[in-house]
Amino acid sequence: MAGTAVLGRLAWLVTEVTGALEETPRVRTLLLDAEGWPGHRPGQHLDVRLTAEDGYQAERSYSIASAPGEPLSITVERLEDGEVSPYLVDEAREGDGFEVRGPIGGYFVWEDDGRPVFLVGGGSGVVPLMAMIRSSPGSTPIRLLYSSRTLEDVIYREELDARAGHGLEVFHTLTREQPSGWTGYSRRIDNDLLREIAWPASDDPQVFVCGSTRFVDAAADGLVALGYDPLSIKTERFGATGG
Amino acid sequence: MAEERRLDGNAIGGVMIELFGVEMTTVPGSCGNCGAHEQMAETDVYLDAPGIVVRCRHCQNVLIRIVRGNGRTWLDLSGLSSLELPL
Repeated sequence: MAGTAVLGRLAWLVTEVTGALEETPRVRTLLLDAEGWPGHRPGQHLDVRLTAEDGYQAERSYSIASAPGEPLSITVERLEDGEVSPYLVDEAREGDGFEVRGPIGGYFVWEDDGRPVFLVGGGSGVVPLMAMIRSSPGSTPIRLLYSSRTLEDVIYREELDARAGHGLEVFHTLTREQPSGWTGYSRRIDNDLLREIAWPASDDPQVFVCGSTRFVDAAADGLVALGYDPLSIKTERFGATGG
Repeated sequence: MAEERRLDGNAIGGVMIELFGVEMTTVPGSCGNCGAHEQMAETDVYLDAPGIVVRCRHCQNVLIRIVRGNGRTWLDLSGLSSLELPL
């Protein structure tokens, strides 16, 4: 159809699941083989479309977890009342197919210009930040402040531990429950915590904040209070329901 | 809770490419009410309004409404005074 060709810049691509990785009890990474995928930049997302046998369709957006050049992957958190995430987290198997389109977004995208980077993630908001970490050559200093409810809810924990030290500093805060002997932070992000961890505003860092609406607003407001230029803070909010 | 339903313009990046044919999250728009000039990513977005409602983060004026169904999209841009689209 002529109309379809005009919109071909963002075509739905048939995608096959080529692998799955349990990250936490509620979160899973799916490796995808999308023929014709044009590549992406760290921080971008894609849309997933599921089609039921009766033709009913549901679309949701998911951040891309992989670095450019790596096999394409998304990391998905199960939302209990969701239409799409329960399938992706609990049911999708190797060889299953659905549709994706992307990459999407140009605002929440990291371009490495050597300036220090401050990443602030809440829960599965860490996913696009992980794509940035995975794509870093290691020469640009990156600090990640990552808030989770419990240690069990920390996504990419082993990989973050392994990557820390190579230009990357990782600071965890566990807001609901901490294991005995926990040496990280134990509270919701507040201005004092940001002051301890964030680069000084005078270092002119790039900042990316991703999480729930409340989390993102708190972190962004706190950074502005510390003297950060609001224009240097890129924010992305995701919904807590409906996914 | 209404507060947690408030997302931002990143959430409709795909829908906006579908409608405009270009990446839209970095496109600046001006609010027809207060004149605020912000990238589309920095708007308040509600996906379940019903339809999609995009509001100005500064004055809460409705900038854009999008309703999809029956093979068509209904797009109301009356709350915007301008968009600066890339050529």
